Amino acid sequence: HQVLRIKTRNEEEVKQLQLLESLEHLELDFWINPSSAALPVDVRIPANNVQAVKAFLESHGIQYSILIEDLQAVLDKEKEDMAYSQQKERSSSSFNYGTYHSLDSIYAELDHLASEYSNIVSKLQIGESYEKRPLYVLKFSTGGNNRPAIWMDAGIHSREWVTQASAIWMAKKIASDYGKDPSITSLLNKMDIFLLTVTNPDGYVFTHTTNRMWRKTRSRNPGSVCVGVDPNRNWDAGFGGPGASSNPCSDSYRGPHANSEVEVKSVVNFIKNHGNIRAFLTLHSYSQLLMYPYGYKCTEPADYAELDALGRAAASSIRSLYGTTFTVGSICTTIYQASGGSIDWSYDYGIKYSFAFELRDTGRYGFLLPASQIIPTAEETWLGLKKIMEHVRDNPY
Amino acid sequence: QDIDDVGHKYYLELVLEDVLDKDSTVNCTAEVLYHLGNNNIAPDVQVSLEGELKNTDEADNIFYHRIKSLEKELVAENIPDSYGNVPPEMEPIHLLAWVASGYVIWQNSTENTEFHLAQIKHVKQVKRSDEYLEFDYMILLHEMVSQEIIPWQMTVLWHPQHGVQVTQDSRQPKHASE
Repeated sequence: HQVLRIKTRNEEEVKQLQLLESLEHLELDFWINPSSAALPVDVRIPANNVQAVKAFLESHGIQYSILIEDLQAVLDKEKEDMAYSQQKERSSSSFNYGTYHSLDSIYAELDHLASEYSNIVSKLQIGESYEKRPLYVLKFSTGGNNRPAIWMDAGIHSREWVTQASAIWMAKKIASDYGKDPSITSLLNKMDIFLLTVTNPDGYVFTHTTNRMWRKTRSRNPGSVCVGVDPNRNWDAGFGGPGASSNPCSDSYRGPHANSEVEVKSVVNFIKNHGNIRAFLTLHSYSQLLMYPYGYKCTEPADYAELDALGRAAASSIRSLYGTTFTVGSICTTIYQASGGSIDWSYDYGIKYSFAFELRDTGRYGFLLPASQIIPTAEETWLGLKKIMEHVRDNPY
Repeated sequence: QDIDDVGHKYYLELVLEDVLDKDSTVNCTAEVLYHLGNNNIAPDVQVSLEGELKNTDEADNIFYHRIKSLEKELVAENIPDSYGNVPPEMEPIHLLAWVASGYVIWQNSTENTEFHLAQIKHVKQVKRSDEYLEFDYMILLHEMVSQEIIPWQMTVLWHPQHGVQVTQDSRQPKHASE
């Protein structure tokens, strides 16, 4: 198909074109209709009629030029360009890491990371939430067979938004730093990293749609109007002990029994089935704390000295960036006695390097941390996590 | 310090940092006495400042006159919002709530609680005929140990020269549906 631009010089020529317009069998598509001699006439002509129309114009001495020689070629190129720029948009960070995202948006970015960095990143589903949302873990691996691995999770308490936001930033950081940062490169050459960015997706959605301060899961409690279990009181570690509530309406309700929450059970199953997890790191907010076991009892863990020293080193790394201070200690001595917590379970299961982080801030904004602090929080926390991961890498057990 | 038959006394050395000017700090010491047994009595607090607090007269007066000259009573919700945003003109309302909630927190603290102001759910100015500004706040307090979010109503009076007063406050029931 061609598009011609016809320059009419007088009314007579305009009339000729209007005649042409009336010939329906030519299937002419006028982009600018003949109306006055002052204006050009643009017309698209189907391929098989091009010669006939040109002959007509020439025989009447009407001047024309070829605007588009091959319309299909132009359309094909445009389609190609659009696909390219769309892909480019997806592959350049059109995902803004410095803002809070919906669950769907985070899940889309997980897919995008897995595709852009497919040589080292893959996405696994380890289970489903109570409301049947998938629980997605990103696996960072350079190969091997069931290598020793580091587990990281965020957002077990849904209102702690800076944790999910930091986790997705870290995912990008790990993926893009491999091959560039010596520390991460050597780490991934020996070990795998598993990252669960949204541990409690039902709760997270609820904080967006209904109640920003929601903490627990969204499971139904038989016999109660109150919904949800505190997923960090639901692990099989001192379950039922002090520091967790037996009241379903409480924000620290432990649940009917350990691992009653599918979100918790899914992680437990994954870790048990993997069999080679060497560190368990979990992100919470707020308070700026770096803690090791125990929470369910106030006695020191066997590895107290090593964990405390490592915790202090990590806190020091965190402070080096923006001066943010983290307090280091066991859960019981630092905040309060709390039973059924995740790092107590992982530690007693045999994962020596079990740490829980409470990220920014210390109460000025609390859970409602301004988005402008997401990236600084992620950056500084990352330094602390790296310190721990390097130690795990260098101290196999 | 455990004081027999009286309670537990804590001796604290603190550094006060100006929220609006991180470099401005004042040292202070405090003694806090938690009374034995009765959790309905607020802890006794004695504070001494080693230095002076910054003068805020100018900002106070600007805010005071801005509110006094509003045609309609100020009403606002969700400060900060879900994303941590506080519109600049709401920042003084936010800070006022923070100070006032400090009083409520003090009155309701025990050795087993740690409260923070989580959010202002709702604030409504109440027009007065005298020189005071009055605000009716519905706030959310976050209690760390139980992890509960507790709605609390408080009526706050303020005047640039006379300071902050909480004239009424009451704990609110939580909605079971949430």
